Amino acid sequence: MKDKDEKKIEKRELKINRRALLKGALAGAATTMLPLNRADASFSDFWESFFQKHFREMSDAEKKKVVERLEREYEQKYKKAIKIGIEPAMPGVLFGYGLDLSRCIGCRTCVYACVKENNQSRDPQVQWIQVLRFKHGELMHWEKADKYYDPKLVPEPGYFYMPVACQQCENPPCVRACPTQATWKEPDGIVVVDYNWCIGCRYCMAACPYGARHFNWAEPGIKSEDINPNTHYLGNRPRYKGVVEKCTFCVQRTRKGRYTACVEACPVGARKFGNLLDPKSEIRYAMEHKRTFRLKDELNTHPKFFYFFDFEAGERFTG
Amino acid sequence: MGKKIIAVILFVLVPLSFAFAAQQDYPLPNPKDIMARPPFPKQDQGLWPCSQCHAAMPVNYKIRKLTEMHQDVVLKHMPGGWCFDCHNPTNRDTLKLITGQTVSFDQSYLVCAQCHGFIFKEWKAGLHGKRTGMWNGEKKYFQCINCHWPHDPKFKSIKPFPAPLRPSDIK
Repeated sequence: MKDKDEKKIEKRELKINRRALLKGALAGAATTMLPLNRADASFSDFWESFFQKHFREMSDAEKKKVVERLEREYEQKYKKAIKIGIEPAMPGVLFGYGLDLSRCIGCRTCVYACVKENNQSRDPQVQWIQVLRFKHGELMHWEKADKYYDPKLVPEPGYFYMPVACQQCENPPCVRACPTQATWKEPDGIVVVDYNWCIGCRYCMAACPYGARHFNWAEPGIKSEDINPNTHYLGNRPRYKGVVEKCTFCVQRTRKGRYTACVEACPVGARKFGNLLDPKSEIRYAMEHKRTFRLKDELNTHPKFFYFFDFEAGERFTG
Repeated sequence: MGKKIIAVILFVLVPLSFAFAAQQDYPLPNPKDIMARPPFPKQDQGLWPCSQCHAAMPVNYKIRKLTEMHQDVVLKHMPGGWCFDCHNPTNRDTLKLITGQTVSFDQSYLVCAQCHGFIFKEWKAGLHGKRTGMWNGEKKYFQCINCHWPHDPKFKSIKPFPAPLRPSDIK
């Protein structure tokens, strides 16, 4: 009888011990996993960010909760109210882009408008648009293209310019390369990245044939007064160190019906944007009336970014 | 008779149908969607309306270099042309078409369209030129003269923004 009682007590003690041990282990693991830059966030915020569901599996209420937490985090970090939108894709819309190579003068106005609109890191420098300079007759000689050209005035005689950003492929190789499904193609055709799911392995950068993805090697350097506070969860919200980012066709603007920042910045009107499913859109006009081509078409990526030469402006190159 | 009908179909109706099919007209954008024209040069210094000086001056059709006024206007657009190809000699506050029809300065694109019909069509279709605003709704169409100085319409070279950092320059 006595033996039995002692055994019971022992068992109980063991149970308590195991529970205490588990509790301690969990707490210890949590503190070691706590990233240093978010150490001042509350424990519940950390817990939620660690177990955040995939964006496409979240209900609207869950998305709202995540956005509220992120807005709190950003406000603490940048001392500025930053609004994060979660607008879904519009039905019946597939975004497409056109770029008139015979008009582009290589002034890089679009590059800096994009940096400003999409909160890219200023130092270290991250730029989503790269403007390549080709000699006449050397289109597609990529090994000879130069993106560091720096003349006093543009356009230079004998050269033409090709801005390259994400081509928003219909068959995006980067999406297939991602091991955590942190990047995917939205119903309106935009390829997006969830910066909270990205683990920074850079497989997508290796997979992208256009060099359109960029990695945050260091903590993004951007002053809080430079931050554009109108953001989208899948677009221009501030990024973290160690995540990949890319052009999103200004998802925060285009899903509200606005043109992208680069379209509005281009001083020569070389950039066209619209809905590929709308036969009256300007991008469809370009596709039907101009000699359009897509970059590295042979790779079967089906880009939704169409380059074209407008023969009416071809005379510029004769000079 | 049958041969005649076939000949008529082949040589008249078929080319006509092609001609009609090719004629696809694009309507003018809504006037409120067209961006306001830029101010005239020196408009703030009282050089507008034009009639305040010109109403009392005789009309001089002679092609010459302007020395007393408007020296900044050097016509590099249509060599051999003169002011009254586009400006209205009878009402200086307006423009005119080749037909003699008067056009206000706010609709100067109609003057450009006389020669640049294809570009005008593409502007109306939404391709030539620049628009800002909404891709699926209200937008502002830049007018010809918002980008091109009509007396010398070719774009001038500009200074480019700085080049990206070379990897070797990153510290």
